[in-house]
Amino acid sequence: MNMKIKESKLLKIGLLVILVICTQLLTKITDTQFYLTQLTMSAYYALLVIGLTVVMGYAGQISLGHAGFFAIGGYLSAALTTHNLIALQAHPLVKGLGSVGMLVSGQDLYGEQLLVFAPWAACILAVLTAAGIAFVLGIPVLKLKGHYLAMATLGFGIIIFRIGLASEYFGEADGISEVPGLTLLPALGPLGSLSVSGDFGLRVENYYVAWGLLCVGLWLLLNLIDSRVGRALRAIHGSEEAAEAIGVDTARFKLNVFVLSAVYAAIAGVFLTHYNGGIGPSEASVMKSVRYVALVAVGGMANIWGTLIMGVGLTFLSLRGVFGSYDDAVFGSILILVMLFAPDGILSLNVKALFISKRTTDGH
Amino acid sequence: MLELKSVHKKFGGLQAVGDVSFSVPAGSIKAVIGPNGAGKTTLFNLIAGNLNLSSGKVIFQGREIQGLKPHQVAALGMARTFQNIKLFHGMTALESVMVGRHVRSRAGFIAGMFHSPATWKEEKEIRDKSMQLLELLGIAEFADTEATSLAFGQQRAVEMARALATEPKLLLLDEPAAGLNIYETAEVGRLITRIRDMGITVLLVEHDMSLVMDISDEIVVLSFGQKIAEDVPLSIQQNPEVIKIYLGEDEEEAVV
Amino acid sequence: MTSTLFLQYLFAGITYGFIYAIVAIGFNIIYNTTGIINFAQGEFVMLGGMISITLLQVVPLPVAIALAVLITMLLGALIEIVFIRWLDSPSVLRMIIITIGLSILIREVARHIWGESIRSLPYFVGNEITTITIGSVRISPQVFWVIGVCGVMVLGLSLFFKITPIGREMRACSSNRTAAILCGINTRNMVTLSFMLSAGIGALAGCVMSPITYTQYDSGTSLAVKGFTVAILGGLGNSMGAVAAGLLLGILEAYSVAVVPLAFQDAISITILLIILFVRPHGIFGSSAAARLKEF
Ligand SMILES: Nc1ncnc2c1ncn2[C@@H]1O[C@H](COP(=O)(O)OP(=O)(O)OP(=O)(O)O)[C@@H](O)[C@H]1O
Ligand SMILES: [Mg+2]
Repeated sequence: MNMKIKESKLLKIGLLVILVICTQLLTKITDTQFYLTQLTMSAYYALLVIGLTVVMGYAGQISLGHAGFFAIGGYLSAALTTHNLIALQAHPLVKGLGSVGMLVSGQDLYGEQLLVFAPWAACILAVLTAAGIAFVLGIPVLKLKGHYLAMATLGFGIIIFRIGLASEYFGEADGISEVPGLTLLPALGPLGSLSVSGDFGLRVENYYVAWGLLCVGLWLLLNLIDSRVGRALRAIHGSEEAAEAIGVDTARFKLNVFVLSAVYAAIAGVFLTHYNGGIGPSEASVMKSVRYVALVAVGGMANIWGTLIMGVGLTFLSLRGVFGSYDDAVFGSILILVMLFAPDGILSLNVKALFISKRTTDGH
Repeated sequence: MLELKSVHKKFGGLQAVGDVSFSVPAGSIKAVIGPNGAGKTTLFNLIAGNLNLSSGKVIFQGREIQGLKPHQVAALGMARTFQNIKLFHGMTALESVMVGRHVRSRAGFIAGMFHSPATWKEEKEIRDKSMQLLELLGIAEFADTEATSLAFGQQRAVEMARALATEPKLLLLDEPAAGLNIYETAEVGRLITRIRDMGITVLLVEHDMSLVMDISDEIVVLSFGQKIAEDVPLSIQQNPEVIKIYLGEDEEEAVV
Repeated sequence: MTSTLFLQYLFAGITYGFIYAIVAIGFNIIYNTTGIINFAQGEFVMLGGMISITLLQVVPLPVAIALAVLITMLLGALIEIVFIRWLDSPSVLRMIIITIGLSILIREVARHIWGESIRSLPYFVGNEITTITIGSVRISPQVFWVIGVCGVMVLGLSLFFKITPIGREMRACSSNRTAAILCGINTRNMVTLSFMLSAGIGALAGCVMSPITYTQYDSGTSLAVKGFTVAILGGLGNSMGAVAAGLLLGILEAYSVAVVPLAFQDAISITILLIILFVRPHGIFGSSAAARLKEF
């Protein structure tokens, strides 16, 4: 039986990979490659959403601050790779960073000397910082429940938003732009280098990077929820007291899964920022956090595949501008409607309706 | 196995448990009885680490455990069931029992995410052991049913299987027969003796006097948080003070 | 800091403090009857301001305000009847998400009706440069309107809950719902009433504060967070605590302007919120036992 679950999981992921490849080929054939841009971005947002699913759906802890972790990743990576350290080059710390290869120097458009963090180093620092903040924040915050937890995480999100909006280092209302690409593989012989950037010529490669990352992230989480840890998390959701009584260190598991989801969010933030070449304060806004919660809810809370499908689908539509100026209103309505009529997600509705109608026909 | 030394618990002004001392010898079945509100559940919560003692000592297998968190106590080999059943919403009976294997298995976040062959083996072991327990408790046929949707008696059985899955040395049962009919109660009685025969010490709270008198080796009587008697069942039945307490009540009157 | 400036800040702090207190009391009223924190509370304040500004084009100011309060109350009732009433013991998570969704929806509707521009009611007396001088301090008369109206609301509510039969029924409902039902109190209607009441006081506060603080479609969010901070600070459910906590936060914020850049002002109250949640979730004025009694 365990093997069956395993096989069906791999099968589903295999189908997803095929779907991803077919989609790309389809856009090529129909000459609609411009869709790839939004599909790439949707994949990154979906990465955050599936991470949040494990916290909210499985462990049962609401977070209204995940845009904050996304922003910490994106903003830090952007700031580190764009702020010139040339004036500080004599500083021992800067020298030390340079000597371990974490800095790169170059020239800007006007021929000025530039000394900035190498994108890979900035990326790692950004993700580690997000993880560290999640850890420190999580220790007190995850002791809270219900409304208190919701407000505390919301408060955290607003603080991150305000810091981005008010500090010069993070570009205030304009955000940070001209962020360099994140090189994943250096150029090898005839093959060009592979980097996460908005470079037009790398559109297809970036599509595969994003979806590859999402598939790996998805596989890891699916494994996790199917394991001893996943059961413990669901037990915490079910009854914290009973979980404790059979030896689950509830505080530690909640904290770990919170940090894990923050890492997912930060990675999404870093990659998307390098892909877009910039980040602005709206990425840290409360509305973004609420939107992620909406996607988890509409996907069915404790249903990673559901949130993946909804996360990609709705984000794609939103990015294509389908909802126009009703974008936020759409997500607000989704929240209300799903919670009123389908608290197990809208994917569950169909199945249930089928089931019920089948049963009633059986009965007659 | 377990020793309580002058355990006190105050809730604000209310002395819920006052100066209770007794010990539970290894391999025995000990019962705690007393009228409603006597402090029995509170006593369990103190032993299992759900509540902090106001003063006193709890010694488990020669080690002082007061102040430990419930999960630490559980890891040391103490498991419990709850008076008002606490099952995990949304999990099947089998899964619920599998969570009980938590302290006897190791796979963490990293192992879980990468599903190494070692964790496969562990998973299989967890599943097999849990299934055996469901069989022991006679609810194997409900393995894939959501635990919270089972009948009351079966829910209690799942809870007990979950507690047993931790491979406890000491099992605390809070009113395991509450809400059961006489046949089910007798069944629970046989089960508890079987658990004891497996080498697990049992401490139970129970209102059903025939069950308590039947299976326990020793009985502690609590009233208003005080221990008023501790003896073998036969002597407890004849203890005038105990009779007085129970005659003061109307429900238990007939039973004693 | 000169003593004049000191007093000037003090008055500003008290003004905002009363507004926060009213938002917090709005939270408390609904919390007491339902156990729900209504995340859309700030939107009631915004609606009060916006509706009265629009109505002012056709009717005189007092009528506009009265109508705005009435309309917002009806909206509050409507929200409860449509979205809350028929849910059978929903989980806290579900309620949080529904009220958040409502707050977004109200905000977005407001954005489509009134746009993103900043609006305000005119000063009730005089105009923005009219001042009353007390000693060396010059204060806008609107400040007294805010303090006066909010103060009267607080007193009125506490009398309402102590003296009137409906108020008592609402209190009974909050301390023990099952018992209240057994005594023949229609708890459902009490919940509707609590939504109307908290919408009403929010809207009235939104009207009197509009000339000073202005009204925009999204001004509800930060008010909600601050109101919640105050509600927690004063002990959730405890409205006299909310007044004290509101004044404390308002004054603290006012003086913080001297030290911290304006842009970080929201961050201050949120930091306070986080600290309070971590250290004393039952509030600084309430004991944990008293918090459970949920006395108005
Ligand atoms: N967390 C708590 N806070 C305050 N008082 C409590 C708490 N838990 C229990 N009490 C009080 O302590 C006393 C003992 O309660 P306890 O639940 O231990 O009784 P019990 O013997 O298990 O009763 P029953 O037979 O009804 O289960 C009661 O008066 C109860 O109201
Ligand atoms: Mg009890």
